[in-house]
Amino acid sequence: MSKKEFIWNRKHLIGLRELSREEIEYILDTAQGFEQVSTRSIKKAPTLRGKVVVNLFFEDSTRTRNSFTLAANRLSADVIEFTQKSSSVNKGETLLDTARNLEAMGIDIVVIRHSAGGAPKFLSRNINACVVNAGDGFCEHPTQGLLDTFTIRKIKGSLEGLKIAIVGDIAHSRVARSDIYAMTKLGAEVILVGPPTLMPAKINQLPVQVSYSLDAVIGQVNVINMLRIQFERMGTNPFPSIKEYSHYFGLTVERMKKAKKDILVMHPGPINRGVEIESEVADGANSVILQQVTNGLAVRMAVLFLVNQAAMTKET
Amino acid sequence: MEVLLSSDKIADCITTLADEIISKATRDNQIVVIGIRSRGEILAKRLAEVLSKKLKNKIPCGTLDITLYRDDINNPQGESQPLVRSTEIGFDIDDKILILVDDVLYTGRSARAAMDALIDLGRPKAIRLAVLVERAGREFPIHADFAGLKVDLPADKSVQVNFVESDGKDRVIVI
Repeated sequence: MSKKEFIWNRKHLIGLRELSREEIEYILDTAQGFEQVSTRSIKKAPTLRGKVVVNLFFEDSTRTRNSFTLAANRLSADVIEFTQKSSSVNKGETLLDTARNLEAMGIDIVVIRHSAGGAPKFLSRNINACVVNAGDGFCEHPTQGLLDTFTIRKIKGSLEGLKIAIVGDIAHSRVARSDIYAMTKLGAEVILVGPPTLMPAKINQLPVQVSYSLDAVIGQVNVINMLRIQFERMGTNPFPSIKEYSHYFGLTVERMKKAKKDILVMHPGPINRGVEIESEVADGANSVILQQVTNGLAVRMAVLFLVNQAAMTKET
Repeated sequence: MEVLLSSDKIADCITTLADEIISKATRDNQIVVIGIRSRGEILAKRLAEVLSKKLKNKIPCGTLDITLYRDDINNPQGESQPLVRSTEIGFDIDDKILILVDDVLYTGRSARAAMDALIDLGRPKAIRLAVLVERAGREFPIHADFAGLKVDLPADKSVQVNFVESDGKDRVIVI
């Protein structure tokens, strides 16, 4: 009964760090209700009819952007696609001016991805529209954290007591941060695995364990999330060679032999096949990588629905 | 608090509803029953059970969640914030005689939302509305095809339907 009394009142989704367990579970429960919209004959509901969503992406993206676009479309919202490459940002326009100009056209929800951490928060303080973070710097990628958690909960039933390894480039990963907040709040134990050069500086402030050996960890975990090596974000070389990285931290067929039979293999995409994960594993029986993408749609529909609902409730 | 229907009366109403539905149905038409969450869901299950017994044929029963189709999503009335839940209809509704079930018909807004939701799922031959209580006060041109009880109450009263499954006992009250 307590769930019925819960009121969602956030018109922005900036990060999972600030959300309570109850709020995270409420989003996941809501997402469950949206799953069937994508499986029926008419894959559309009229819920956000007349609303305008702007995809304000200052960084490249395929999955997240398309997922947000499709989620908005399935709820009957109109979508404006903004890309930095073909915009006035190249003429020197600031983030706030860009957003205010879009807002002047009467938009309702801004989905923003930006290389600067804190950009979504900044925007949420300065415009009236709802703001949804689609990835900011090395800070957070809340909808990815939610869809990862949703995927695990859907298959395993609950995260309570599960051991989850997040492997690879933790330092440059906003996915890792959002995952850590969501998964630990829902009762899982998170172990970060990777070379010391790819661990963030203030790791002791996070509620996690750290290991520098994948072989030592792989046998004990229920879920393994293989992060992408983000070549584009690495200035200096954090490891001697790609081959060496794969040798120690790649998820290979050989290494999978040590894993639990029902381990879930996850990857936020895009995959560097043969670097952090071998093709046979990425496409293997334990892989839920494509289910993550499917679930992402339901989660993003839920997020768009909830922030809009909170904005509407506040106005009355 | 005034009791409109006791536990026995509710059971009688469901039997009467089933009889009326059967009397109006022609032989070749296949009947399916779909309840609106959450009280309609319970009523639909009971009605489908009675229909199945009387027709000696398993009548399919499903549940419809209308949250995404409500007309107050962008204009919330009061503090209500319903959780979006899933629609569970495990059968094809095309060309069926679809009995849409809710506990109370009052303004007609839920029935409107439900019809829009159903149309997105397929094309039934007909949609008929069956309710336990038909209360005067329609805001839309919608009527019940089958009603257990008809009442007219002042606007400040509300009809509450309780079922064993959700509330511990069967009764319909006015508060």
